[in-house]
Amino acid sequence: MISAPDVVAFTKEEEYEEEPYNEPALPEEYSVPLFPFASQGANPWSKLSGAKFSRDFILISEFSEQVGPQPLLTIPNDTKVFGTFDLNYFSLRIMSVDYQASFVGHPPGSAYPKLNFVEDSKVVLGDSKEGAFAYVHHLTLYDLEARGFVRPFCMAYISADQHKIMQQFQELSAEFSKASECLKTGNRKAFAGELEKKLKDLDYTRTVLHTETEIQKKANDKGFYSSQAIEKANELASVEKSIIEHQDLLKQIRSYPHRKSKGSALCSAETERTQDQADQVATTSNPEESADADLYTCRPAYTPKLIKAKSTKCFDKKLKTLEELCDTEYFTQTLAQLSHIEHMFRGDLCYLLTSQIDRALLKQQHMTNFLFEDFVEVDDRVVEKLESTPPKPSPGRPPSRSLEECPIPQVLISVGSYKSSVESVPIKMDQELGDEEYKEAEGTELSSFDPQENLDYLDMDMKGSISSGESIEVLGTEKSTSVLSKSDSQASLTVPLSPQVIRSKAVSHRTISEDSIEVLSTCPSEALIPDDFKASYPSAINEEESYADDGEGAIHFQASVSPPELGEAQEGSLANILSQTDSSCCIGKESDSLRVPLSTAAHTHPDPDGVVSSPPQRYRQKDLGFRVDFAGESASPSRDTSSEGFPALELDPGRLLASRDVSKTSLDNFSDTTSTMSSVASTSSDRTPSSAHPTGPSSERHRKRAGQNALKFIRQYPFAHPAIYSLLSGRTLVVLGEDEAIVRKLVTALSIFVPNHSRYAKPVKHWVSSPLHITDFQKWKLIGLQRVASPAGAGTLHTLSRYSRYTSILDLDSKTLRCPLYRGALVPRLADHRTHIRRGSTYYLHVQSVLTQLCSKAFLYTFCHHLHLPAHDRETEELLASRRAGFLKQNLGLVNEDTKVVQYLAELLKLHYMQEAPGPGHPTLRFDYVPSFLYKI
Amino acid sequence: KKSPLQTIGEEQTQNPYTELLVLKAHHDIVRFLVQLDEYRFASAGDDGIVVVWNAQTGEKLLELNGHTQKITAIITFPSLEVCEEKNQLVLTASADRTVWDCDTGRQVQKVSCFQSTVKCLIVLQRLDVWLSGGNDLCVWNRKLDLLCKTNHLSDTGISALIEIPKNCVVAAVGKELIIFRLVAPAGESLEWDILEIKRLLDHQDNILSLVNVNDLSFVTGSHVGEMIIWNILDWTVQARECNFWDPSPQLDTQQEIKLCQKPNDISIHHFTWDEENVFAAVGRGLYVYNLQMKRVIACQKTAHDSSVLHIAKLPNRQLISCSEDGSVRIWELREKQQLAAEPAPTGFFNMWGFGRVNKQASQPVKKQQENATTYSLELIGDLIGHSSSVEMFLYFEDHGLVTCSADHLIILWKNGERESGLRSLKLFQKLEENGDLYLAV
Repeated sequence: MISAPDVVAFTKEEEYEEEPYNEPALPEEYSVPLFPFASQGANPWSKLSGAKFSRDFILISEFSEQVGPQPLLTIPNDTKVFGTFDLNYFSLRIMSVDYQASFVGHPPGSAYPKLNFVEDSKVVLGDSKEGAFAYVHHLTLYDLEARGFVRPFCMAYISADQHKIMQQFQELSAEFSKASECLKTGNRKAFAGELEKKLKDLDYTRTVLHTETEIQKKANDKGFYSSQAIEKANELASVEKSIIEHQDLLKQIRSYPHRKSKGSALCSAETERTQDQADQVATTSNPEESADADLYTCRPAYTPKLIKAKSTKCFDKKLKTLEELCDTEYFTQTLAQLSHIEHMFRGDLCYLLTSQIDRALLKQQHMTNFLFEDFVEVDDRVVEKLESTPPKPSPGRPPSRSLEECPIPQVLISVGSYKSSVESVPIKMDQELGDEEYKEAEGTELSSFDPQENLDYLDMDMKGSISSGESIEVLGTEKSTSVLSKSDSQASLTVPLSPQVIRSKAVSHRTISEDSIEVLSTCPSEALIPDDFKASYPSAINEEESYADDGEGAIHFQASVSPPELGEAQEGSLANILSQTDSSCCIGKESDSLRVPLSTAAHTHPDPDGVVSSPPQRYRQKDLGFRVDFAGESASPSRDTSSEGFPALELDPGRLLASRDVSKTSLDNFSDTTSTMSSVASTSSDRTPSSAHPTGPSSERHRKRAGQNALKFIRQYPFAHPAIYSLLSGRTLVVLGEDEAIVRKLVTALSIFVPNHSRYAKPVKHWVSSPLHITDFQKWKLIGLQRVASPAGAGTLHTLSRYSRYTSILDLDSKTLRCPLYRGALVPRLADHRTHIRRGSTYYLHVQSVLTQLCSKAFLYTFCHHLHLPAHDRETEELLASRRAGFLKQNLGLVNEDTKVVQYLAELLKLHYMQEAPGPGHPTLRFDYVPSFLYKI
Repeated sequence: KKSPLQTIGEEQTQNPYTELLVLKAHHDIVRFLVQLDEYRFASAGDDGIVVVWNAQTGEKLLELNGHTQKITAIITFPSLEVCEEKNQLVLTASADRTVWDCDTGRQVQKVSCFQSTVKCLIVLQRLDVWLSGGNDLCVWNRKLDLLCKTNHLSDTGISALIEIPKNCVVAAVGKELIIFRLVAPAGESLEWDILEIKRLLDHQDNILSLVNVNDLSFVTGSHVGEMIIWNILDWTVQARECNFWDPSPQLDTQQEIKLCQKPNDISIHHFTWDEENVFAAVGRGLYVYNLQMKRVIACQKTAHDSSVLHIAKLPNRQLISCSEDGSVRIWELREKQQLAAEPAPTGFFNMWGFGRVNKQASQPVKKQQENATTYSLELIGDLIGHSSSVEMFLYFEDHGLVTCSADHLIILWKNGERESGLRSLKLFQKLEENGDLYLAV
């Protein structure tokens, strides 16, 4: 689709974060032709496209009723990011694909204007000339001064990578929905405030007019009214009408159900809060408005003013800014959310997908994942899941599945499935294709509220735009398909009055352009529920309902495959759709497997010891939800406990739904994790506390640095192995040094080897200058300790030597290590000083993979019943101990001290599993009476 | 010259305590630990707080706030077997001259009619009364009614109290031991009464420790290192040992050593006992006194860096001591079979000769034993955790050791291996509860 000759290489995104990586020089004869863009710092994986911007960014645009589409702001707010990219032009593009404008007017049968709680629409579009692809999220905000009380806005995620947009559609949609929800919540609040003030003004005006009329009445006692009096009376009548209208509007905006807006954690400052408490609204140049704004903050002091009969001209007034529209507080929250989105989707698609799969898999390993994974990430969404899945004891033995079949919720939307859907859309357009069809599709797509009688009018415009040489390729729109298949519903739509003008204006603006727009997909959520869709326009849609469908909107992105199913129940259609999609796409397979009834399919899992048959990834997301089997009376270790007793994960149908809910509510978690993050930051000030979102690049960079420094440590110190062994086996490592920066750096690096006690805190203390206490060893497993030359420092050293049996001491100044002997095989694999890994991030991943393997060993060891409890009464403790030892050695292949590592992890797993309430509990301090040795360089 | 402190390296294969849990609740010196039942204990100290803990999990169960000053004595008042309510009372005495007792967090009653600080408490379960010792001795019933009291005894007050048969109690007041008899209401007299019966003046210095050893005798220890074993029935001296500072009689410089040593080094802080031996914490050392042989059979002259404050005998021939130096040490009494001169008749002789004060008989025995030192105290492990003086400890058969210290902490020492097994047991129990455990048929 993209055929841009003017290739601009991506500049490497995070080059400042990584230490410069110098390619080793190859002899000339071995060298292959150099990558043509190597000089620009590009790697072969970087995207080559005609994009004029250096990396993805978010654009917020508005369709101003005064100047038309205009860009408002970008995130990141850095001109370098979008470079020469024409924001104005692109704003025009993205604003023009909003087929549905919200509408406030006088619907037939209603005397007063109705506010329309419109759902946002989500569109993907591409502009091959610009090399830009965008996820566009349209929303409308209310403004009393705007035409029809609405202001159309859109937020667009712009990327040069089409696949990224397509495959991350669900995630983008979910995240942008949160941002939009936040904006809208703030806007409703501001709008209500504005209405209240307006009402006061009107009330005042009425009183004034009334008095004036009375005076006039008294002034001329003749039997007729002067024209002036009539005018006054009319004015009064119109004010009365206006009051009723505004009261009605206020009622409508207030009737917006609060409950659901609480779902968005960003809007934590919910509407319960009185408006008086709200932050100040930024002042405008308009003195009247600024007065308003001031009064907004101190409402009781508001003095109403007279409203002139003739309203000011539309172009005279200055429209409110987005911030004013949305209440500063919410606006900043939205900006934070948007920059979070920008962080979240930063980087290559492969990277995003892998990390998503990674996360999904990690979530399944909830029994062990707390040990080494970044707790912030792990925490993300897991809690939500626990809440959303009701605990259900499974009636039978659910079938076991291989890893591939394990459902990975919302990870993949494969291109394949998308493409298949594209092909099935009957209205795939090209410039060469029939214009009529195209026009109809585009018309309906652009303005779904269009009544039949307006189509012609629009068609005229569309024709114009086509004739101007523009090629618009509609790759797939749900709206269009649903509209086509349900034309009767469309016909029943009523005629909007004011938005038409805007719409036609938009279209006419479009005609100016000469470029191609490919509307790749749209997914208005209404499209999925034709009945609701129908109902949404004549009267205010019940947002309660539509919100509930909101999450599904994203999923039903694929629903364009099978329009006939749209009317079906959500679950069914989803599953059907999924099962109908291209079989090459794994989501189809997964959903198939989801649909499979929980049969008792035998699954032979050759278990060497016959004790446990529960692979770690087999859990439900529930605490209660996993099963361990053990041979009941049999003590024979070689017994095969395969088919029947195989534990597996119960899949309740609600789970899939739950996984969808997750995206919607994960913001809650974010706020949670942010708070835990900040609490962590207070203890370990090494992390950047300023990072608004824990999954942002700061933690990414953090990891890279840690990996790099750990690698350095391993190369530099020959005694890295016993030091790492100390960390893995739960013996506190004290890093002693004079220079705080160096100590902190090493502590951060080594912290990647420290098993966590719980999800909530890493037992690492980066810098301490006071003497250590016994509780410190219970709490911290890695401590950076200041070496002080003064007599006070002697006390520190004294306590250190006193508690030496609990600690390993790494002295950075004298380059010595005092710790127990290590002769295992695990750490050498983890920390090979001759490793060819050079990059910090790579090494970090290497460590993670080795540690994950270790975790699974610890899991097996922990949950093997016969290793810890006798199989029958006559078994002695000695027999058990020897069985444990045998298992560790033969089955897990652990030698010497490695067993201690697994045993320590097993204790942590036990404690974690039994911990009733999640919290930062500190396990007991375990130690061994083993001699220590002094290592020197 | 001092014998060097015995030390043990990092390798302590016999030390079972490989897990510890630090319990934090107090904000001043924790001086007392008292066991409530098989899994609970209470701690009390200078901050006036009593905290009830779960010895298994280390969980803080209750915090009892009531005292405004240091707690000077704590004792449990077990409910009677016949009593319907099984609630256990805890009596605490404090420098603010109040005694109150608590039962599951509730302050039952507060008594504050004392003229002096109550320094010790004792419960006579048989009579269902309790006694408080300060400058005088008071007798109370379960309902905290004052039954009777003695006259003002001394300004220093009673430092220790024990119960002996025939409704008698022994009180240590300064250098004296005073024996009181409690007269329960019987027949026509409905009044309780307490009568002073005898004063024993055998000690040279203040009596620091006073314990019952067995049904036949009790033992006292004084500041200058005198240990006297008394007949519990007729209150006569059964044996006396006052040369702890140097148990080897071969040395003629006994007097000189006695002079050059500070009295603190030889003061007897605590006793413990088993069927055969009395274990004394004398200064920094530990001494094992065999009741049958009437002599010290084993000793560690410098068991700790500083005074030993509390010792206890474990069932498995182990002795635990804690000291002002902040450490807890585990000792084992080992028999050395280097000499065949194990005098079987001696033990026999002493068995039936026990009870008679037979100095002549004990002398030859002593001589005989000196040639063959058959016992020794071996250090098998030390527990280092406290940063200040370890005041007391409590041994739970099933849960390990609890130590309390002047560093405001309580540490629960546990057998790591056993804890690991227990955790596994719990884990699988929880799995079973959740219905996640399947028995393969």
